[in-house]
Amino acid sequence: MAMFSQNPIMNGPNYSFSDTPKVNAPEGARQHRFDPYTDNGGSTLAIAGKDFTIMAGDTRLTSGYSINSRYHPKVFKIGGTTADQKDASIVLSVVGFAADGEALKERLDAICKMYRYRHGKAMSVKACAQRLSTILYQKRFFPYYTYAILGGLDEEGNGAVYSYDPVGSYEREQCRAGGAAASLIMPFLDNQVNFKNQYVPGSGEGHALQERPRNPLSRTEVEILVKDAFDGAVERHIEVGDGLQMMVITKDGIEEILLPLKRD
Amino acid sequence: MPGFDFSNYNRNAALHARGVPLPKATSTGTTIVGCIFDGGVVIAADTRATSGPIVADKNCEKLHYISSNIWCAGAGTAADTEFTTALISSQLELHSLSTGRKPRVVTCMTLLKQHLFKYQGHIGAYLVVAGVDPTGTHLFTVHAHGSTDKLPYVTMGSGSLAAMSVFETQWTPKLTEADAVELCSQAIQAGIFNDLGSGSNVDVAVITKEKTVLKRGYVKPNERGQKLKSYIFPKGTTAVLNEKIIRKEDLGNYVSVHELSTTEDDAGDKMEVDA
Repeated sequence: MAMFSQNPIMNGPNYSFSDTPKVNAPEGARQHRFDPYTDNGGSTLAIAGKDFTIMAGDTRLTSGYSINSRYHPKVFKIGGTTADQKDASIVLSVVGFAADGEALKERLDAICKMYRYRHGKAMSVKACAQRLSTILYQKRFFPYYTYAILGGLDEEGNGAVYSYDPVGSYEREQCRAGGAAASLIMPFLDNQVNFKNQYVPGSGEGHALQERPRNPLSRTEVEILVKDAFDGAVERHIEVGDGLQMMVITKDGIEEILLPLKRD
Repeated sequence: MPGFDFSNYNRNAALHARGVPLPKATSTGTTIVGCIFDGGVVIAADTRATSGPIVADKNCEKLHYISSNIWCAGAGTAADTEFTTALISSQLELHSLSTGRKPRVVTCMTLLKQHLFKYQGHIGAYLVVAGVDPTGTHLFTVHAHGSTDKLPYVTMGSGSLAAMSVFETQWTPKLTEADAVELCSQAIQAGIFNDLGSGSNVDVAVITKEKTVLKRGYVKPNERGQKLKSYIFPKGTTAVLNEKIIRKEDLGNYVSVHELSTTEDDAGDKMEVDA
């Protein structure tokens, strides 16, 4: 690393002076920079089951090589009647820039509470998902630097997961990993939740081979996958660790589970 | 032609100027420490190697052999610490042979700093040099630009502040060997748990007049937990679109084959494999 960062202007090898990149500014002009974002690391994960949804996130908050907190939740209950969110039925996870995540959570929660006050009923996950997209796109040119995932149960009682990019593009999915270790966890999920690249042994030759049929996973199976996914991510990603926070959403309410992860 | 090969320099600089990213070197964003005690010196290191935010090696060796009585802990660019210590180790051995004397720590430190200064910091090696020679016990740090320090306790790498906080609160003059080892181990663990660039295990080397003892994996506070599920696939899970069988007897037609004994059990560190 040190080898390639000796010259801070170029962040690369030292050319002869005549080769230095030309700054596209008039002579004597000074550049001012405004850096309102930081990446606070961490990772999130959501899997929808038949009649439940599990939302999870690690609890480490980092900046650079430092740990700012070993317990800073990324998964929040949204839209309960009171501040303790006892009767909430929707969960939001946010990863990326922690301050924006916090702001986004507060804003969505307030909107859900207003909806309940005005309509006399809780917001559906579908409606909440659409509203979250709108909130994100409203800040199209100064985005909330967050990767959000919204989870709950749909009108039929099936598990529902909606994932977002920072400017509000969203999609309902079976499962999604977000944040620093998303690229490590997502392929594991594709293989173990949607059985991608798995075929039924001896079911045919070449292209006639049959894909392994997808069957809905049980709650215990999903919990195991989530724990193993995070244990794996902790091994290979330096920004993931300390604690694993899981929220299990069922028709009976939201159960919160906290487990230790490696702290190195 | 001795030294580095610069023949691709102009091409690479031109490519970079046109926006081609540079190759990423494996950095041992590290915690390394050293501490003198009554009768010798101890150095220690963590065992994590990183490439950006990804852990490249969970159990790498950052304690390098220079001579039987001199060892070096390295931080910075992994390849640079590896090759620089090997180069100076070789030079020191030849020097020792031609003079008929045991190698000295100052000699080693001087060779290192002159080599690194020559390359103006482009060789990203940050080293803790320690050893016992006929003139006594010595402990130095050498920075990539060529500056050196001589101190009773030292820390380097991204975890140096975490490690130094331990030394600054616990260190006392005239430590015993056991106390020095424990202090260094605690300093490294401060790095392991508080610096994201450091992690996994603690390696320790204790150098005295009589001998050097390398304690690889002195503390292992980060053993991987058991997976909750078996991820073994039944045979035939992967699609095979076509296959071609080459028998072992015919293998010689494609490559040269050398038979090896199968009882080789020290073939490097064992990798973790699913049961």
